[in-house]
Amino acid sequence: MSTFLQQLVNGITWGSVYALIALGYTMVYGILRLINFAHGDVYMLGAFVGLYTATWLRAGENPSLGHAAVVLLAAMLACGAIGIVIERAAYKPVRHSSRLSALITAIGVSLFLENGGVLLFGPDPRFFPQIVAAKIIPLGGGVTISNQQIIILGVSLALMFALRFIVLHTRVGKAMQAVSYSHTAASLMGISVDRIITFTFMLGSMLAAAAGVLVALQNPKIEPYMGVLPGLKAFVAAVLGGIGNIPGAVIGGLVMGVAEVLVTGYVSPTYRDAIAFVLLIVILLVRPAGILGKSQAEKV
Amino acid sequence: MTVATRVRLGCAGIVLALLLAGCAGTGKDELVIGEYGSLTGNDATFGQSTKNGVELAYSELQAQKQGRIGGLPVRFVVEDDQGRPEEAATVVQKLINQDRVISVIGEVASSRSLAAAPICQAAGVPMISPSSTNPAVTEKGDYIFRMCFIDPFQGTVMARFAGDSLHLKRVAILKDVKNDYSVGLAQFFTEAFTRTGGQIVEETAYSAGDQDFRSQLTAIKAKNPQAIFVPGYYTEVGLIARQARELGITVPILGGDGWESEQLLNIGGAALNGSYYSNHFAVDNPDPHLQDFLRRYKAKFGKESDAIGGLAYDAASVLFQSLDKLAQQDPDTFKGLASSKAGTSARKAAEKKLRDIIATTTRYPGVTGTITLDEHRNASKPAVVIAIRNGAKHYAATINP
Repeated sequence: MSTFLQQLVNGITWGSVYALIALGYTMVYGILRLINFAHGDVYMLGAFVGLYTATWLRAGENPSLGHAAVVLLAAMLACGAIGIVIERAAYKPVRHSSRLSALITAIGVSLFLENGGVLLFGPDPRFFPQIVAAKIIPLGGGVTISNQQIIILGVSLALMFALRFIVLHTRVGKAMQAVSYSHTAASLMGISVDRIITFTFMLGSMLAAAAGVLVALQNPKIEPYMGVLPGLKAFVAAVLGGIGNIPGAVIGGLVMGVAEVLVTGYVSPTYRDAIAFVLLIVILLVRPAGILGKSQAEKV
Repeated sequence: MTVATRVRLGCAGIVLALLLAGCAGTGKDELVIGEYGSLTGNDATFGQSTKNGVELAYSELQAQKQGRIGGLPVRFVVEDDQGRPEEAATVVQKLINQDRVISVIGEVASSRSLAAAPICQAAGVPMISPSSTNPAVTEKGDYIFRMCFIDPFQGTVMARFAGDSLHLKRVAILKDVKNDYSVGLAQFFTEAFTRTGGQIVEETAYSAGDQDFRSQLTAIKAKNPQAIFVPGYYTEVGLIARQARELGITVPILGGDGWESEQLLNIGGAALNGSYYSNHFAVDNPDPHLQDFLRRYKAKFGKESDAIGGLAYDAASVLFQSLDKLAQQDPDTFKGLASSKAGTSARKAAEKKLRDIIATTTRYPGVTGTITLDEHRNASKPAVVIAIRNGAKHYAATINP
């Protein structure tokens, strides 16, 4: 039993990271009907910005929560800016072309970021300094949680609630909702659709950057291709929860994290990466719109 | 076709002809030796140490004999396989077909040596792996050699050390399923450990490149082992050790020579204290021959050599010695190795002769121990066990074959 609970703790921690990345996919899809394949690479950039900030601050030598917060904020701000640049430079010019062009552009941006990362950061894995000293906290019954896991969970939850607040209770959030219904109607209401789309990319990229730093905190190995698999899995998580649906992305991420850990722990570790895609196939067969998604009849 | 196009085509033809001529003869005769390794990627220190070891041997050849063997200058071509077996096959093809090398030194990782060995064997080019320990590597053919012991022995070493010195009875295994070395070593350890009455309480796996091992470690923790055997490479080992300690696993972690890297302790940190791994040499071995090598390596590269670097140095030295022998015993055949003879039957005959000479290497005084190649072209050498205490590596035991 304690083993199962321990696995659950591990799974929820990973799941909350997937959820953070999945939120970016789902928001962009909700507004643009675009799958932003470069999103996983923004997560990678977040981890690297974190690494450079931490090195610059010498946070590895005197770990503290304050330093960790600065590192997290720096990564989020830098990646927010990167998100804006990606949207303006790559996606805006093809917005009125076919959806296929946008999709292929997204794959191009993803490859550009990965190989640019190899050029800029080098292909060898780098090791994130311990900006928060690891401490083990027993939860009773042999189950333990590390303070880093608590930070991951806490920061993820806080960011998710912040996002929920922005989307539901602020002017810009309401504008985002309006744009996701109809670009034309929203612009007729005086909403600057371009600015809202840029804002959405910025928000999503900031969340991905946070995920990158949080993962690096716990698993200190980072390299330019680190975003590929988590990116794909987070995309599956977004589809699982119902793409375009914000609570759905969170649920999808958690389901994915727990499923992966349980498969590794109880079935076979070799199936770890397969489970994500098995889930994708099952969900597409059983509930094509995802757990929380509403199915829409396609008008032909 | 207009006149202008014809002129243009003509010019292109001349340029092409010049280029081809340039490829055909570089003018001077030399001995070209290939080296490939993971200069970048997940286990980059393996390739970098190998390159340094070979470079050191080469710089000494330059200092002593102006870089010449049998009157011909030696030139190295180094290729990076990025730590990927398919890339290893590609770069070795390139070394053989394009650079026309007479011999190949590499790799450390058995998976990559296994990808390259059939190519060298088919081309009749002797390949010396400094440090691949999986037995299948030299079974690929009689042109494939190695400078180190093999995993059936290494598995026995750690099993005996765990049973006799640490008095362990229950051990769990966490291996890398994508890695031939790791799978093989796990199997040989299991065989040896269960033969002496030990028990493997859990065997689970990961794939190289994974970041999170907590679910495997949680499953292992539930079985309450007295130690965990992790026959992987240093990057993952460091992460596994950290995560094991975070989950409250305090038992020692055991491993093999895949742990040997200057990065191991940077990644694993204090989590590795109390762990043991088998290796090819210990830097605190007072043997003057070894200490002299470590001093020269440090003088050239500014850091301590690991065993991978030492084995590469030995591989290059054995190759130089064999070439030297061939040049003295049979100068006519030796001429077949010159770069101008690439692709001729003289080259084939010379490669065959070189292979025979490498195969008879006996009692070569290497820095990693005395090297005698057996009939399977493997070196039979003692292994040492390294203990990690207080964030440093210490010599713990020597186990003879």
